[in-house]
Amino acid sequence: MPNEVKAFKPKIVAFCCNWCSYAGADLAGTNRLAYPADVKIIRVPCSCRVNPMFILRAFQRGADGVILCGCHPGDCHYTTGNYYARRRMTLLFSMLDFLGIEKERTRVEWVSAAEGAKFAATMNDFVATVTALGENKRLEDLRCKE
Amino acid sequence: MQKIGVFVCWCGSNIAQTVDVQAVSDALAKEPGVVYSTNYQYMCSEAGQNLIKDAVKEYGLTGVVICSCSPRMHEATFRKAVASVGLNPYMLEVANIREQCSWIHKDKEVGTEKAIILGRAAIAKVQLNAPLQAGESPVVKRALVIGGGIAGIQTALDIAEAGFEVDIVEKNPTIGGKMTQIDKTFPTLDCAACILTPKMVDCAQNEKIHIYSYSELKEVKGFVGNFSVKINKKARYVDENKCTGCGECTTKCPMKNVPNEFNLGMDNRRAIYIPFAQAVPKVATIDPNYCNMLKNGKCGLCAKVCGAGAIDYKQQDQVIEEKYGAIVVATGYNPIKLDKFDEFGYSLSKDVITSLEFERLTNAAGPTSGTLLRPSDGKHPHTIVFVQCVGSRDTSGCGKPYCSKICCMYTAKHAMLTREKYPDTDVYVFYIDVRSPGKNYDEFYRRAVEQYGVHYIKGMVGKVAPRADGKIMVQASDLLANEQLHIEADLVVLAAAIEPDKSARPLATMLTASMDTNDFFTEAHAKLRPVESPTAGIFLSGACQGPKDIPDTVSQASAAAAKVIGLLVKDKLTTNPCVAQSNELMCNGCSSCEKVCPYGAITYIDKEFRMPDRTTRIRRVASVNPAVCQGCGACTVACPSGAMDLKGFSNSQIMAEVDAICQMK
Ligand SMILES: Cc1cc2nc3c(=O)[nH]c(=O)nc-3n(C[C@H](O)[C@H](O)[C@H](O)COP(=O)(O)OP(=O)(O)OC[C@H]3O[C@@H](n4cnc5c(N)ncnc54)[C@H](O)[C@@H]3O)c2cc1C
Ligand code: SF4
Ligand code: SF4
Repeated sequence: MPNEVKAFKPKIVAFCCNWCSYAGADLAGTNRLAYPADVKIIRVPCSCRVNPMFILRAFQRGADGVILCGCHPGDCHYTTGNYYARRRMTLLFSMLDFLGIEKERTRVEWVSAAEGAKFAATMNDFVATVTALGENKRLEDLRCKE
Repeated sequence: MQKIGVFVCWCGSNIAQTVDVQAVSDALAKEPGVVYSTNYQYMCSEAGQNLIKDAVKEYGLTGVVICSCSPRMHEATFRKAVASVGLNPYMLEVANIREQCSWIHKDKEVGTEKAIILGRAAIAKVQLNAPLQAGESPVVKRALVIGGGIAGIQTALDIAEAGFEVDIVEKNPTIGGKMTQIDKTFPTLDCAACILTPKMVDCAQNEKIHIYSYSELKEVKGFVGNFSVKINKKARYVDENKCTGCGECTTKCPMKNVPNEFNLGMDNRRAIYIPFAQAVPKVATIDPNYCNMLKNGKCGLCAKVCGAGAIDYKQQDQVIEEKYGAIVVATGYNPIKLDKFDEFGYSLSKDVITSLEFERLTNAAGPTSGTLLRPSDGKHPHTIVFVQCVGSRDTSGCGKPYCSKICCMYTAKHAMLTREKYPDTDVYVFYIDVRSPGKNYDEFYRRAVEQYGVHYIKGMVGKVAPRADGKIMVQASDLLANEQLHIEADLVVLAAAIEPDKSARPLATMLTASMDTNDFFTEAHAKLRPVESPTAGIFLSGACQGPKDIPDTVSQASAAAAKVIGLLVKDKLTTNPCVAQSNELMCNGCSSCEKVCPYGAITYIDKEFRMPDRTTRIRRVASVNPAVCQGCGACTVACPSGAMDLKGFSNSQIMAEVDAICQMK
């Protein structure tokens, strides 16, 4: 059916730290806790490894939402990485908001290795929020589109 | 361009059921650089690994992508396989298409599409991988055990047996833990002291073991093989080396009304005390909260009576620094506080007690010298009600959601021992269900019912209400007979849930070891690595990892020791090669990276650079010590010049993954 309007499927990049959130995502999988396939995870050693550049690049390449997950405050494998991440992202997200990328499209969330359920719930919620906002056009490099 | 091989695993049906593995390997075969793409039932099996190895050799692969379970599961397995045929192990990436795909997506089309994208991202990353060489770091041949309960004791003894030095840090004045307070132990009913105290003495006498009692951890730095630890040895105001443990002081001290924690406050001790007769080390300790000399500068009696001249009111906390190759956490558990459970009347009557208090009331060294008497009036109780699952398996938020595991069994023990010693006593046990898996456990419980005539009633206790005449009314439902019961009890014993020690959470933070939502330490893998923390070099022993009885605790303690020994016998460890590196041509020596590095891995060196006009200039540039860097990547983002990058997780690699995921369709 060529004329059928395809339901909007957002593109969502999730950066997960290796020690807590990536393991939390694994646990969500082990417990078969579903969240939409729109979420694709990139493994980083620590939330502090996420360069604002990566997030800008994601939006430039057509991402509709970006979420960064790390260990709970105080639980960082590298002791302080998530504090850096939190500070950097606060700044970046308000700048993105200024540029027209709604604050709801970006998120920082703490998910421990034991919180499979929280991981799935967070992703479900984030996907629903981004889906409601619709496609993101800001910052998108139109040359990337065929 | 790399020559990449792609290997898609079915994981039996775990992946193949919801991901079309053939479609994935076909789609990925078309990606740039992919020269070989296949799928197989079990990539991690020997046959699967051989398939990968053969392909590496046959196609001269320079990069490998495995689409399989989480890299946390088998990345190391696959890296080892490719290394065995001469490919640098860091030229391999894993796309997680099981935990992150097949297990959570039921629709095969959706799962297949996502698996292809995840595979693409891994291929895009591998294109930019570079061979990495793991470094080496030396191993300090000494272990630290935190907590001196039966878990810590067993672990320390086993490590010492293998010939390594072990230090035990115990926060209490004596080692021994909760087991010192238990009277007899299920399922064999041997006395806890008889099996525990010899082990405590062994610890004290073993020249490889050093006990820091009345001490706690202050700081932990470093990493597996090389932890630097600061231990705070609290002032006990008694010189441990001089005190002979004669106990003269503990009978002369005039401060007589200090609640005795060993008997759970059911009797009193003095301000200077030795917790119990078999304490190790057997040394007196002055409680600064009660000692008149320390508080007001008046008294000084114990110094006068001490023949050894051991009393030292001026003693200060002492910080000890030591290096360790491995750390074992054995901080145990505590029964929960029952103040939130008004319905059980714990705070309303002295005759509503916890099971641990019951242990003390039946112990020969306890406040009643082992005769079971009511705490309120010292009379013999004729009707005793035991309530199981108090605060356990409780999803209301008041208690703990988990099963405390030990209470069914110790309640059976208490009920049985009571009936044996006092056959004129009526004993009721209220339970949700009796959990007795374990060797000879069910037999033990059945003996309580069948041989000793304990009344086991399936049902919940609704209310425990003390009456003015000293009786305690227990209102409960009998679910099997479907009737309400009212029992006039003389003593009510509550099997309180157990929880990790309160100090466990700050300790976990210090060790960067993870915990679950209940504050139990998490193991690296629930099934395959149950005694290791996910943090390398940190091991778990005993009830700090989850509720456990003594047989389980001791098994885990010995298992943890085996893991520690396996680590300590190594002279060197290979280090993670995914470390930061600065591009000296781009670095402007601004110090931004140094400030964020939690390990102090970055220093600055003056380096000579050749300029285009053939002159040389000396510039200050950042230099990362790869042996100290842990590879968090904080510095890479802090660097304003883009000079700092992380090997294995480089800016370009992560951007390539972002691009692959966001690729327009
Ligand atoms: C009422 C009752 C009856 C029981 N009866 C039986 C029985 O019959 N049979 C049986 O098999 N099991 C029984 N158990 C279970 C048994 O007590 C445990 O299995 C066992 O004590 C666990 O040992 P552990 O060393 O892990 O913990 P613990 O005994 O709790 O020891 C932990 C030690 O670590 C120390 N510590 C804690 N935090 C720190 C810190 N931050 N720094 C330094 N030191 C620290 C503590 O002071 C303590 O000495 C019973 C339990 C209860 C409550
Ligand atoms: S401090 Fe002195 S009196 Fe007290 S137990 Fe030690 S030796 Fe005996
Ligand atoms: S990656 Fe950078 S900040 Fe992190 S430990 Fe290494 S040098 Fe320090």
